[in-house]
Amino acid sequence: MEAYLSTIIFFLIFASFYSLTTLGLNLQWGFTGLFNVGIVGFYAIGAYTSAILTGPPYPDTLIGGLGLWFPIGFIGAMVTSGIAALIVGFITLRLREDFLAISTFGIGLSIQLVALNFESLTRGPNGMYSLPRPLSGISESNLVDNILYLILCLAIIGAVYWAFERMVRSPWGRVLRAIREDETASAALGKNVFAIRLQSFVVGSAVMGLAGAMQGNFIGFISPQDFLPIFTFQVFVMLIVGGSGNNMGALLGGLVVWGLWSFSEQVIGAVLPATFNTEAGAVRIVLIGLILALALLYRPEGILREKRIVSREARLS
Amino acid sequence: MMQFVADGIVSAALIALGAIGISMTYNILRFANFAQGEILTIGAYFTLLLVSLIGAGIGTLGPVAFGWPLLVSIVFAMAATSVVVLVVDWLLFRPLRNRKAARITLIMAAFGLSLMGRNLVTLIAGGEPQYYAFFIPKAIEILPGVRLVPDDFAIIGIAIIAFAALFLFMNRTSMGRQMRAVSENPTLARINGIDVRAVIRWTWIIGASLATVAGALLAHNTQLRPEMGFDMLLPMFAALILGGASNLYGTILGALVIGLTEAIAVSLGLAGYRAAITFMVMLIVLLFRPQGLLGEKE
Amino acid sequence: MVEPMLAVRDVEAGYNPSLPILHGISLDVFEGEIVTVLGPNGAGKSTLIKAIAGLLSISRGSVTIGGRDITGVETHQLIRERVAYVPQTENVFAKLSVEENLALGALHNPDQFAEQRRRVLDLFPDLERLGHLAAGKLSGGQRQMVAVGRALMADPTLLMLDEPSAGLSPKLAQVVFSQLIRVKQVGVTILMVEQNARAALKISDRGYVLAEGQEKVQGDARSLLDNPEVGELYLGANSRLARS
Repeated sequence: MEAYLSTIIFFLIFASFYSLTTLGLNLQWGFTGLFNVGIVGFYAIGAYTSAILTGPPYPDTLIGGLGLWFPIGFIGAMVTSGIAALIVGFITLRLREDFLAISTFGIGLSIQLVALNFESLTRGPNGMYSLPRPLSGISESNLVDNILYLILCLAIIGAVYWAFERMVRSPWGRVLRAIREDETASAALGKNVFAIRLQSFVVGSAVMGLAGAMQGNFIGFISPQDFLPIFTFQVFVMLIVGGSGNNMGALLGGLVVWGLWSFSEQVIGAVLPATFNTEAGAVRIVLIGLILALALLYRPEGILREKRIVSREARLS
Repeated sequence: MMQFVADGIVSAALIALGAIGISMTYNILRFANFAQGEILTIGAYFTLLLVSLIGAGIGTLGPVAFGWPLLVSIVFAMAATSVVVLVVDWLLFRPLRNRKAARITLIMAAFGLSLMGRNLVTLIAGGEPQYYAFFIPKAIEILPGVRLVPDDFAIIGIAIIAFAALFLFMNRTSMGRQMRAVSENPTLARINGIDVRAVIRWTWIIGASLATVAGALLAHNTQLRPEMGFDMLLPMFAALILGGASNLYGTILGALVIGLTEAIAVSLGLAGYRAAITFMVMLIVLLFRPQGLLGEKE
Repeated sequence: MVEPMLAVRDVEAGYNPSLPILHGISLDVFEGEIVTVLGPNGAGKSTLIKAIAGLLSISRGSVTIGGRDITGVETHQLIRERVAYVPQTENVFAKLSVEENLALGALHNPDQFAEQRRRVLDLFPDLERLGHLAAGKLSGGQRQMVAVGRALMADPTLLMLDEPSAGLSPKLAQVVFSQLIRVKQVGVTILMVEQNARAALKISDRGYVLAEGQEKVQGDARSLLDNPEVGELYLGANSRLARS
């Protein structure tokens, strides 16, 4: 019984990392129409930042080992991911949308290369270990620790969800959607389209960085292998399946697709012998690719459709 | 000093061959094809299949460690890859186009295809590196201190022939003119009686064929891996953007810049950061020249 | 009774099927005529020509050419019905040379290329020396010649023009209109949409005046020139525009 509960808690904790990232992507893609192909890059920046800030000292790194309190690690993660987004966004958000896609893709790959090669910062392929897990050691039981961590995750997701819902209902959010629908018209109305798109991009990426930090500190170990392009793809599938432009849909998509992913791992793992591990992974990726293709072709609006949002000001008047 | 120039030109030739397809889909189908890397990969693996079907090794041509068997295999692989790409277009991109789906939806579909393609190759051909044939490259000193493998000359030669053929096709044939017309103004092209569907088919065929050449030559020079094409994606995109996106010749120039940048990075001992440095160069150029090197202001 | 070459019957069309811009337009063009469609901004003139060309979907009504139904024709098939169309803007391939533009015009009749090219160069002798230049580098008037020349390369029986004088000086507009008379003389029927009512009617045989997606007045060109109602339609629309 406790084993089942423990598995479910563990599953939910992981689902919350994905859901939070999907929420960040929803602000960028769902509400603003910015195609970020470098999600994993911002996620990794967050994870590494928090690892450097909160982790123990290692004999072979230049900085790090600061051992700071975890909220500082989480906030630091948001700041560095946000700065990376600011730089990329500043250069590419004025250009054609494809350029943002290509540039964010480049960020994702570059971050991985830095993680792999800049050993005096990231310890390269050896990874950073013994990262402190927030809220652990309060009780004797690992299960209770995990439950506490899940509560922390849910609280963070709740706070971000609340903030995003307020943001998209504010006049700012209204402009955001106006930009997504018709950039030229919004520009003609005197809106600073560039600044608003940049804000959305930076905030969304900061949330992705936060999610990365939450994963890194929970597992206690990060290495370049944790941040592969498949992650970006999974998050996109989550958002498309859940319903882009709908924050609840984003959270739901994260849960559902992560559930399918984990479930398929169990099933394929049970069917195929362990020697076919590579093949099993490939089959799963092909399957999730098919889900995306079918979703794009037959249900582009996702499980939950976008809500018609009326901002508070408009309702009052 | 000159060595990295020579190395850079070889890698530029391969990048350019692959990036032409990206440039053509970008200008005619109007989206950034994130699956182009996998087209290279599939082309390289089809070539492997044909090399083993023919069963005559890859031959030699004078000092060059590949000959007619490999070249014939590449030609058949070009056709096979084109068929695969056309079927994928028919199943996925055509319905999305008919629905007038946003460009971003096409990009996402391509991104998904890229992942699926890589993993299908892993499933079918296995994830371990493979080779067309075993050979020991013999470098020749062409200038004091500059050594090139004869195969590198052959690769540069094949690339130049391919670009010349492409140039003639685009400028001297009716389909080439039609492709340039659609790339500039699709509506006027239709008014003019151009069947855009035929143009789209040719776009895929040319892009896939050149990508097959790139993939096969890259595989000959290094090895076949399911990720080989994906690893080329960022340099190819960088070449496209650097050259100014709307211009085929710009893409070739962009590839040259990227190839040389990569070679310099390697000669400075930064091989691990090669792709990241390429990307930085691209960002810096975009910062100062958003339209790219040869692009026109919109 | 003579059958019309182009017959538009009760056509309803627009960019969005639920919001038609044309509310049941009918119009005839007979062989050898120049017919001009006039009307204030937003009357639906361009919409009409785009609907005939298959660029917009027709939700009701029919279009026939020489008795053949071409309602909702695929735009790229239009030229096979021997209907050529010159849009108002971006009507040449700017990056292609003048010769390449002409060659693209004869896409479906390549065997007639030399003959049609001769005919077009006789009409527009200036194009001969501009042949190798990119069309985008030409002046407005020269570009209009390339656009019309390219359309004529297909040897059309009907030429549709969307505001051929737009953006040109009055003097150049006169040149374009006099060239259209010569196009008519070589046996091409013309349907054009114009803002420049007076100059266009002077070279036309008949005219239609549209307003708010409906036909208001029609008649032979001379009578329209003198018709006070025509002036009023323009003035009325203009004064409304001025107030809003």
